[in-house]
Amino acid sequence: MSAPSAVGTAPGSSPERPHSPPGSAPGPVHRKRRRFRRADGVLLLMGLPALLLLFVFSYVPMAGLVLAFENYRPRQGIFGSAWVGLQNFKFLFVGGDAWRITVNTVGMNALFIVANLVVALGLALLLNEVRDRSPRLAKLYQSAMFLPYVFSYVVVTYFVVAFLDADSGLANHLLLDVGMKPIDWYARSGFWPVILTVVEVWKTVGFWVIAYLAAIIAINPEYYEAASMDGAGKWQQTRRITLPLLSPLITINLLLSVGHVFHADFGLFFQVPRNSSLLYPTTDVIDTYVYRALTSLGDVGMSAAAGLYQAVVGFVLVLVANWLVRRRDPAKALF
Amino acid sequence: MVVQTATPGARPPVRGTRRNATGVPRRQAVRPHWSRMLIHLLLALCAVAFVAPLLMVLSASFSSENAINRHGYSFLPRQFTTFAYRYVIGDSSQLVQAYGVSIVVTVVGTLVSLLVMSMLAYTLSRREFALRRSIGFYLLFAMLFSGGLVPSYILITQYLHLQDTLFALILPYLVSPWFVVILRTYFMSLPNDIMDAARIDGAGEFRTFFRIVLPLSGPAMATVGLFTALTYWNDWWLGLLYIDNDKLAPVQLLLYRIISNIDFAASNQTANHLVGVPVQTVRMAIAVLAIGPIIIAFGFVQRFFVRGITIGGLKD
Repeated sequence: MSAPSAVGTAPGSSPERPHSPPGSAPGPVHRKRRRFRRADGVLLLMGLPALLLLFVFSYVPMAGLVLAFENYRPRQGIFGSAWVGLQNFKFLFVGGDAWRITVNTVGMNALFIVANLVVALGLALLLNEVRDRSPRLAKLYQSAMFLPYVFSYVVVTYFVVAFLDADSGLANHLLLDVGMKPIDWYARSGFWPVILTVVEVWKTVGFWVIAYLAAIIAINPEYYEAASMDGAGKWQQTRRITLPLLSPLITINLLLSVGHVFHADFGLFFQVPRNSSLLYPTTDVIDTYVYRALTSLGDVGMSAAAGLYQAVVGFVLVLVANWLVRRRDPAKALF
Repeated sequence: MVVQTATPGARPPVRGTRRNATGVPRRQAVRPHWSRMLIHLLLALCAVAFVAPLLMVLSASFSSENAINRHGYSFLPRQFTTFAYRYVIGDSSQLVQAYGVSIVVTVVGTLVSLLVMSMLAYTLSRREFALRRSIGFYLLFAMLFSGGLVPSYILITQYLHLQDTLFALILPYLVSPWFVVILRTYFMSLPNDIMDAARIDGAGEFRTFFRIVLPLSGPAMATVGLFTALTYWNDWWLGLLYIDNDKLAPVQLLLYRIISNIDFAASNQTANHLVGVPVQTVRMAIAVLAIGPIIIAFGFVQRFFVRGITIGGLKD
């Protein structure tokens, strides 16, 4: 990467120039030239450690995706192993695995997105109702909701076990108390879309409640004053003022989440079902599949193929989502 | 940052009921008591639901093994006892070791991460930096596209040979492009005059950064540092992939091994010599000890989290 590459991008940064010397008079001292100066060298040096780390841990693995087209042998290395074309993909797609893990990944993410949005908005609206009468209580509620966000999924697994353990779990004891038969939760895959959705919402919704509440608080109170003078009730104010004013933010959050539907939260799908093979029909997602193909089966080629499939489709989805966001509100787009 | 605009003084006269809102415009009406009570009740129930699982684990760790086996987990301890904790602490070498690993990884990781990320962020915050756009793209692309697990795994185990070293637990998380962008945005919001003045006085970029920019960036560094520290403390993924040696297992990996192995007590050589090992309660006690630091820190750091979330939503 050398200086000339930046020269071509000068038009992008020139509009910023008038803003930079506000008030002070150091004009001649840091006169801007687009050529690579000594100061640029120092700056580059400062950024170098991070740039190198990114290169090794992000960019080199990208090149390593060629593994998907190889029959990898550790002895021969990434660039010496035999080329097998699309054979790894054939295994993945002909076996039907690709379809199953794609449906699980996208389907579960869709459930999470909808449930999270509904619950987060609902809680943020409720918090907003009580926040200026009882700020302390509102803070307390908000803290409680945010608490699960700071736990790892390993710890969450302990919580879930306390509920679902076949012998001592709370759920089965409650079932026994009302005279029903206990359920072997870790063997019945049908329940898990619901269980995982509850766990996911429970763990992450606090984050979104804070984000949406901040947006609600930022709404100009005069709108509500005017509405209530015109006789609008609480419900009408929510429907006609709050929600419409939040909708740009909601749309953008939705689009960005949709951009990520191809990536599952590994911790949630691997830890919480405790990697129980009986649950794979509903809990096996692309990320857990890749992990198991690599570590249990040792099939580097096929897991790399699944990884490449995920990376490429995921990338396209992010680009599309960003394009849609940009069309609505360029300031909110990622790039 | 946005949150601070709550304006408690300007209590808006929003709460008029339908009846009187049409009448006298200025009068502050009290909403029907019951509807506010209902909202409080709902929120309180939710709050309890969010904390309840933690309570269950906590109460299990203070229950007797017998009570758990007989009655299952509950929200309040049954047959209160500290036996599980005495048991864990009496034979705590593995837990202490894991704590040590987690602390070293978290402290070193967070400090180094903050240093390298903020230096890059500073570079990118300098408008006159010639490579600003190209490096910006370099960061962006790393955010959008990733090689995924398999190539990284092969790289770290077959080429860098980092398995069973602490480096494997630290290096991969050092640079998060997203945090670099947040720090850069913060640096750019600092008043230019001060930095210009420093440069006129002959301070180089390094000096300007360490003497002026960093001291002014406490809030941003604290927020990013906190999220990074949380990432390191909570991480079991890198341990799962790269650590086999028990001595190098961080707390979260230890927890994972305990919960994933149903016969933990039977296979754990430290527990073998005891008959009637309290498996369930000890498990839960270890879990409580593992999340203890986070719970203690939670009250203290929550406002940083809130700030971080609202900064994160606020781009450029």
